Amino acid sequence: MTELTDITGPAAPPAPVAFPQDRTCPYHPPTGYGPMRDGRPLSRVTLYDGREVWLVTGYSTARALLADPRLSSERRRPGFPVPTPRFEAGRDRKVALLGVDDPEHHRQRRMLIPSFTVKRAAALRPWIQRIVDELLDAMIAQGPPAELVSAFALPVPSMVICGLLGVPYADHEFFEEQSRRLLRGPTAAETVQARNRLEDYLGGLIDAKAGEAEPGDGILDELVHDRLRTGELDRADVVSLAMILLVAGHETTANMISLGTYTLLRHPGRLAELRADPALLPAVVEELMRMLSIAEGLQRVALEDIEIAGTTIRAGDGVLFGTSVINRDTSVYDDPDALDFHRCDRHHVAFGFGIHQCLGQNLARAELEIALGSLFTRLPELRLAAPAQDIPFKPGDTIQGMLELPVTW
Amino acid sequence: MHIDIDKDVCIGAGQCALAAPGVFTQDDDGYSTLVPGHEDGGGDPMVRAAARACPVSAITVRDSTG
Repeated sequence: MTELTDITGPAAPPAPVAFPQDRTCPYHPPTGYGPMRDGRPLSRVTLYDGREVWLVTGYSTARALLADPRLSSERRRPGFPVPTPRFEAGRDRKVALLGVDDPEHHRQRRMLIPSFTVKRAAALRPWIQRIVDELLDAMIAQGPPAELVSAFALPVPSMVICGLLGVPYADHEFFEEQSRRLLRGPTAAETVQARNRLEDYLGGLIDAKAGEAEPGDGILDELVHDRLRTGELDRADVVSLAMILLVAGHETTANMISLGTYTLLRHPGRLAELRADPALLPAVVEELMRMLSIAEGLQRVALEDIEIAGTTIRAGDGVLFGTSVINRDTSVYDDPDALDFHRCDRHHVAFGFGIHQCLGQNLARAELEIALGSLFTRLPELRLAAPAQDIPFKPGDTIQGMLELPVTW
Repeated sequence: MHIDIDKDVCIGAGQCALAAPGVFTQDDDGYSTLVPGHEDGGGDPMVRAAARACPVSAITVRDSTG
């Protein structure tokens, strides 16, 4: 076979694997991505419709490309990678912030930055702590056992984002259900219906706010009174911003709380380490974000040819970012599959990188530190109430997290 | 040490203020700015980590040549 290799030159790259795939263990990358963890920074993957696109898996290549303005986030552009039929169905709408390029992106983001600074997140901590304490009081009063997703992981960020935006929490069952269908609806039609219902709901809320003589103090109130009335934004812009803030604001953090709790319970040695030294909490949250990488498959399309890592990405090529693999690049992380609170790392790409890096990351850190810290302090005997392998988690084509988390104490 | 922040590029992610809070903070608009009195980095070893953490490379750090 040596002769044959000599004739054909270097070994051909492995055949493309399917993307996305379901995880086997909810806190590890899908085992099917194994061939892409061989050190190559870019691989070809096959989408549901048979199309081949790039999947970035190398850390430094990912940071370079996520910061590269030659990659566009505008999903209506030809060649944009479409990971699911549900995503295709939603492509007729422009999505604020994460679906627009600069300069429009910068104009939108600029209006929201003051509400999501490190200082602002710090100032919100006592209020977040009260929300967390009240939810734990109620859960403890009714249990054990409890289903942690519905009793705690989802209501914490849902209450926080409602308070920040000025959305009535009384409507949470409605918008949580529509968000669920938007991100995980079994059919494309269901996704579009959920999107339309959320748009109608938020449009009505924005119209009501526009009619108020005395504006409330939520972010949506500010957008309506400072940007909509002045003509800087139109109604569709405000609805689109409201939708992304509401959905991204509760789904992601809820998944991190549920999957973070499950992961800590599955690593009793590490959990004991946290309990012995609560000052580790910020490092625990960073390490969980790196390890869990719940937002997989960030999408871009190339606007020009890009030479990178000895490869040419052609104009019009779709590019996806395999966050869970990037965050386990062995050239950056020793023993990357291990949960290790001493990495001193805040350079993971779990929040993305470049201009679209998560707007709410400082708020998310505050919520996760308070939620996980309080949960394990209040319930020192917390444990799973079902065999770990029987607890259902989300499929690979959406944000990763637990579907349910039965616990007892 | 000389620190430059390109405010036209800054997206207010706050990574610098998180990494080196003694040197970087965010102004009322959310953009990165230097903590008064610490414009030279104050010898903080985390300044370079803060620059590296910036998702849009808005921070440039140079050693002062005298």
